[in-house]
Amino acid sequence: MKNTLKQVFGSGQFMMGFVIISLIVLTIIIYPLFNPGNPLERIGIGTFFKPGTYVSAFDTVNARQFYTLNLPDAEAKRVGSKLSPDDRVSMMEWLVAAGVSEEDIDIEDTDSFVQLWWDTYDPNVRFDSMTTAFRKKIGRIDVALEGILEDMDVIIAKEGEDGSLAQSSVVAGSDYVNVADVANVRFLPLGTDNFGRDVLKEMISACRTSLLIGLLAGAIATLIGLTLGLLSGYIGGIVDDIIMFVTNLFTVIPGFVLLILISFSIGQEQRGAPVVAIVIGLTSWVWTTRSVRAQVVSLRNRDHVNLSKLSGHSLLRILATDILPYIASYVIMAFILQVCSGILAEAQLSMLGLGPKTTEIPTLGLMMYWAMAYTAHLGGAWWAYFPVVILIALISFSLNLMNTGLDQVFNPQLRD
Amino acid sequence: MSEQAPTALASDLRQDATGIPVLSGKGVTKVFESGGKKNVAVDHVDFEFRQGELVSIVGESGSGKTTLVKMLLGLTAISEGDIYYMGTKRDISTRGKKKEYWKGIQAIFQDPFSSYNIFHKIDAVLLDCLNMRGLGKLPKEKKLELITEACSFVNLKYAELTNKYPFELSGGQQQRLMIARIFLLKPRILLADEPTSMIDACSRATILDMLLNLRNETGMMIIFVTHDIGLAYYISDAIYIMERGKFVEHGKADQVILTPTADYTKRLVNDVPKIHQPWDFSVNFGK
Ligand SMILES: Nc1ncnc2c1ncn2[C@@H]1O[C@H](COP(=O)(O)OP(=O)(O)OP(=O)(O)O)[C@@H](O)[C@H]1O
Ligand SMILES: [Mg+2]
Repeated sequence: MKNTLKQVFGSGQFMMGFVIISLIVLTIIIYPLFNPGNPLERIGIGTFFKPGTYVSAFDTVNARQFYTLNLPDAEAKRVGSKLSPDDRVSMMEWLVAAGVSEEDIDIEDTDSFVQLWWDTYDPNVRFDSMTTAFRKKIGRIDVALEGILEDMDVIIAKEGEDGSLAQSSVVAGSDYVNVADVANVRFLPLGTDNFGRDVLKEMISACRTSLLIGLLAGAIATLIGLTLGLLSGYIGGIVDDIIMFVTNLFTVIPGFVLLILISFSIGQEQRGAPVVAIVIGLTSWVWTTRSVRAQVVSLRNRDHVNLSKLSGHSLLRILATDILPYIASYVIMAFILQVCSGILAEAQLSMLGLGPKTTEIPTLGLMMYWAMAYTAHLGGAWWAYFPVVILIALISFSLNLMNTGLDQVFNPQLRD
Repeated sequence: MSEQAPTALASDLRQDATGIPVLSGKGVTKVFESGGKKNVAVDHVDFEFRQGELVSIVGESGSGKTTLVKMLLGLTAISEGDIYYMGTKRDISTRGKKKEYWKGIQAIFQDPFSSYNIFHKIDAVLLDCLNMRGLGKLPKEKKLELITEACSFVNLKYAELTNKYPFELSGGQQQRLMIARIFLLKPRILLADEPTSMIDACSRATILDMLLNLRNETGMMIIFVTHDIGLAYYISDAIYIMERGKFVEHGKADQVILTPTADYTKRLVNDVPKIHQPWDFSVNFGK
């Protein structure tokens, strides 16, 4: 036993899969401790805020202390952040038309680009190839550029009792606040989703639910498959015939189709995560039954089983002590695969809109579903679905790695 | 390893081996069907094994010896025919009846390495025997005493076996442990299915010696399965010759070996040049 464990954990593949899944589980446990609260809370008004640090503008303006910093590249950066990529392309088009060689223009280097623009641009020059709309757009960009650089201070005004505005403070271009002085800063590493929820927080909670669904579905499928396979394989005869008949019935109807039909007929209201897990488990035991049965058939005529019979042991005792331990490694492997396919089945079901009821808990499948429903993929909001895809792939990958590792330990002939 | 020949015991018993029949069969047949193909492993065999006898079943590999043994044990269903135990038709239809039957008939299998559950310790194997005999409620010291006695009967020290697994023993030791098991169970009939074929030559004589001692001590009937006709002649009262599922010849050991009638028996006997001379262990086991 000890030796087997040593061997299992000595397998590189198993270890790698085990480490990945352990890290995931650890994150699930630890993250909520540092970031408590409802993972489904809608914090953003609006859809798909991009990942980044969100600093309260109000708290920034009202910060205790302003510092004056004269940074040489501050202006260029300010200009750069206002110039959209689209603006830059338009400006480049104008410059090329004005005779500047394309190689001399570096659209990314804001400093030199803006300098080049001011050196070259003349609002009075007209090219025949340009539409009036384009000319006007170029004009607007130029004016905006001038405006940024005019070094106008921002005046903060407050409404007085008589309704008139009175200046309360001035924010100059060289004023800075220390982020530590800003009361409200929120880091959203993966932005928000279509409902304005923190994607990272939601995803970690979803991962937990999905793993639990996989575990429950896998446990149910393995338990049913194991019981039927043991009885069918060991007892044989009419018991075997009946169980195999039922199993064949379920083999003819693809499990996923059955899953869809059952999920659909249960109805949205009744479909909590446990129900979905149970339904997945109830439709995916066929494969385990077949393979366990095959293993048991090859074991039941072994002499150690015969000796156990001759020692007067009961059927249940023989199944539990002379058959089960011999196929335990196999059952564990089947269980791991069932957990994995349970997680994937939930994702598939949810993508079809047949997943767990949506309002209470997040699952990885539901996150995918909502991202697709709000066309995150078309709007470039990759953070709403891509991390979820990666996470599902990672879970599946690590579970399969563990399985391959176990396989190599228990079926050494597969090596090399 | 014990070098001395297993005494004159066997030949002594040969004379008065005329007990009542304990196990007999009529038309016992086993047909294996796989994919529409029929394989008749045991083909309408008749037999009558008597109390106190040592009977050998001799046949080459694949002749159906093990299949017959499994049917006699009630581990494999009989395709056709009847088996009679203690004069009446055998009834092992329920678990209770089976357990009762197995109190009277036990076995040692061909391959010691696959005979034990690899997850169970030796202690469990031996304690099971006491439970089987209904001695499960004995005080612990008494149980230990019985087990120690059984182990020393087969020249094993219980103190060295306790908390070990059977697979930690050599093949010969494992087979001796099997005999210790029989010693504890004290069945009426013992089926020994080529108990020495899978172990090294040195241990064979020891195992054989112990089996004969066991018989001497308890008077149990032994059905000894082998492909070695010389060995069978040396130890048996009666011999059954099996060829491709059929008993081609049977009778008293002297009669079968000295005046064989079936061609198959003649061939087997001729293959053993020194069969008529006194048994020499160093020649037959030393190689
Ligand atoms: N469970 C089984 N299913 C199908 N065929 C079987 C089965 N067990 C034995 N047989 C067949 O029955 C025949 C007799 O086999 P058996 O094991 O009884 O031979 P044996 O005399 O014990 O041989 P050996 O000396 O090699 O042990 C063989 O042809 C074998 O293929
Ligand atoms: Mg055999």
